[in-house]
Amino acid sequence: MASAFLEMKNISKRYAGVQALDSVDLNINTGEVHCLAGTNGSGKSTIIKIISGVEKPDPGSEIYIEGTPASNRTSIESIHQGIEVIYQDLSLFPNLTVAENIALSEVIADRRKLINSGDYRKTAKIAMTRIGVEIPLSSKVEELSIADQQLVAICRALTGRLKLLIMDEPTTALTRKEIDSLLAVVMDLKSKGIATLFVSHKLDEVMEIAERVTVLRDGKKIGTWPANELDSRKLEFQMTGENFEYSHNQEVVNESEPLLRVEKLCRTDNFRNISFKVMPGEIVGITGLLGSGRTELAMSIFGMNPADSGSILLDGSKIKLDSVRKAVKHGIAYVPENRLVQGLIMEQSVSKNTVITIIERLLKKSGLINHGLKESRIEELVDKFKIKGPSVDAAVSTLSGGNQQRVVLAKWIATNPKLLILDGPTVGIDVAAKGSIHESIKQLAAEGLAVIVISDEVPEVMNSCHRIFVMNRGEFIQEFITRDVEEREILDCISSAE
Amino acid sequence: MKKLLKHHETYLVIIIVILSAVITSRNANFFTAENMFDLLKSNSFYGIMAIGVLFVLISGGIDISFPATATVAEYIMAVVIINMGGNIVVAVLIAVVVGSILGFVNGLLVYNFRIPSIITTIATMNIYYGLLTFITGGKWIYSLPDWFRSFAQIRLLTFYNADGAAYGLSIVTFIWLLVVLAAVFILRFTLLGRGIYAAGGDRKAAVRAGINVFFTETFVYTFMGFLAGLAGVVQALLVQTVAPNSIVGKELDVIAMVVLGGASLAGGKGSVTGTLLGVALLAILQNGLTLMAVPPVWYEFFVGVVILVSIGFSSLQAKKKSGNTSVIELSLEEAAE
Repeated sequence: MASAFLEMKNISKRYAGVQALDSVDLNINTGEVHCLAGTNGSGKSTIIKIISGVEKPDPGSEIYIEGTPASNRTSIESIHQGIEVIYQDLSLFPNLTVAENIALSEVIADRRKLINSGDYRKTAKIAMTRIGVEIPLSSKVEELSIADQQLVAICRALTGRLKLLIMDEPTTALTRKEIDSLLAVVMDLKSKGIATLFVSHKLDEVMEIAERVTVLRDGKKIGTWPANELDSRKLEFQMTGENFEYSHNQEVVNESEPLLRVEKLCRTDNFRNISFKVMPGEIVGITGLLGSGRTELAMSIFGMNPADSGSILLDGSKIKLDSVRKAVKHGIAYVPENRLVQGLIMEQSVSKNTVITIIERLLKKSGLINHGLKESRIEELVDKFKIKGPSVDAAVSTLSGGNQQRVVLAKWIATNPKLLILDGPTVGIDVAAKGSIHESIKQLAAEGLAVIVISDEVPEVMNSCHRIFVMNRGEFIQEFITRDVEEREILDCISSAE
Repeated sequence: MKKLLKHHETYLVIIIVILSAVITSRNANFFTAENMFDLLKSNSFYGIMAIGVLFVLISGGIDISFPATATVAEYIMAVVIINMGGNIVVAVLIAVVVGSILGFVNGLLVYNFRIPSIITTIATMNIYYGLLTFITGGKWIYSLPDWFRSFAQIRLLTFYNADGAAYGLSIVTFIWLLVVLAAVFILRFTLLGRGIYAAGGDRKAAVRAGINVFFTETFVYTFMGFLAGLAGVVQALLVQTVAPNSIVGKELDVIAMVVLGGASLAGGKGSVTGTLLGVALLAILQNGLTLMAVPPVWYEFFVGVVILVSIGFSSLQAKKKSGNTSVIELSLEEAAE
């Protein structure tokens, strides 16, 4: 039986009337790789804050670190106890060098007033050798890739006497190859007796090396299981309490006059020889690894980075897309990756958010807003997307995740596009909200809209798209009809290309 | 060589060299030791304030109120030494204490109320300057003590030109030099200095890393006030009169010098070397236009052109660098490994 490094019993936390955590127990053994899973709002971030001493739990909660009571600690004390958190945004200083980023917290912890850049480099080098990586010490952090930045953050955590490393959503911005090297680093830490707690809202690669998984839902602990007893469906059920049948899209759209036809599109260093068609009412998926050129392709179709050669035909006539303005005029809407999540003005009302994209079309001749027209447009959109909330005048922040996503879709559909390009439409959303977004996308297509969905999650494109292209190193390497293919085949296609 | 081209400072040096060559070809008096020492003396007032602005910009803030602070400190200093006597140490002490207090107030307001620093310091500039005008009635002071006058004449190195007139390294330039050395020390070798860079780069990360952001933030504004007070004394030494309206309006010139030197208005970036070069560039430009007998009305026009050219140059380099990220090439390289 491994000894427990961290024992948490009966942890509760109330914020202004909201029970963020309700009597949660959590144990992490020395050198264990543990995964904490839960949807947004399940209490994951609150528990991180309590472990790292940023927040104090409510009375009655008990925390033991290496057997000694530690319920009442500050964040500095928790760092001294060997607990480090790597936040999703990494909390690095972009303008400082790698060496300085790694060594600065040690200087602060030692309460030193003066600084010696030689010491910096020494500290940084020691940390890097511990996990066997090499990053140029005098590079600025802003010049590094996200994966390297993450390694810098890990090295920084290693400068103290690290016992438990907490990583919040570490894999979202990494390619598969980078994730593999991250996992190797974590296994290496494990062999040195350092525990890792992964925090995630989805089942992902980190599960491959996790020993146990604890699931939170609505502030309560649902249970802890050995990782090998869970598969993605079981885990989703535990996280949401509902069973999601990720059915594959069985429909096929009949060959007709394509709305969009792309022929031999090339852009130096980004993609080459891309040819495909999208029919009205069709949803076409483009999947591939991060860095395969899929986002660059979408941006070219949206006029942001014009292609070097090849042609784009919309409704049968050739169009020149060298600016976003032109693309919008032709009826193309592009929702970038983080826009679906961040594209809302949270404190503003549902109604204001839905018409923000078309406000210039709601003007009277005098240039003032035509309120009658505005109200009717809002009503139409809210009806169409079945947006449910206290009222249309309520702030968007009061809506549930799924409804917020519908507001975003409504906002873009209000512009009456013919072609909608969605880049990573459900990045960062939990399973429950995902399903409802896919339904909305399908509904829009059924009304005749052509949709392109770009995603690195194969289940997502399987669920929403009629046809799927796999992209690798700037080229389409294979086309699949969703009805005739198994998820496995697409995954194999992606990984064999690597 | 490639590494040098990465630095903004390199471009400034190139521009300064070209500009100096042009001016020298038109008027040989420019590139003489006498003119250089004179430039170093007359620009120490700007140079000292520029160091203060550099600190504030690195921390991610901005200060508009420092000319008002300098004027208030200078005026109070002048009134005290005229009425109560004293010596140069007392004079400097009064000015820097007044300046530091006014700067500290800025720091407290910015930190505690989280009002954008530009708004805070526009407000305090009006308050400081408005109070001064009200109390003094805008009266000029001419009758500074003799010891104050003679201190300004001190030279640490003296040379004589062909006509027998003395010139050399002024005590005023020496004060500027001390400020520069102190700034380099703080920014490069203390946790405080690195904390200022860190907080300017990512404030939230700085708080999480355990940097005392209250201290770094109030420090930069207090230090700005301190240097504004010192610059006020230097100004009085240089012109030997104190006028409530002679400094106000210089804030944008000084901020331009610092930004020219590579500091970013977004915070986290900037160096003492760059700031010195920024001050040098604008000083040489003004001096050169005078020596080339260009009418002074053109001065502002050329300042604008020089700022655009030098900032544009290095921004273009930065853009080129970030535009080079390619997808295909990268993966081919990986495959080759």
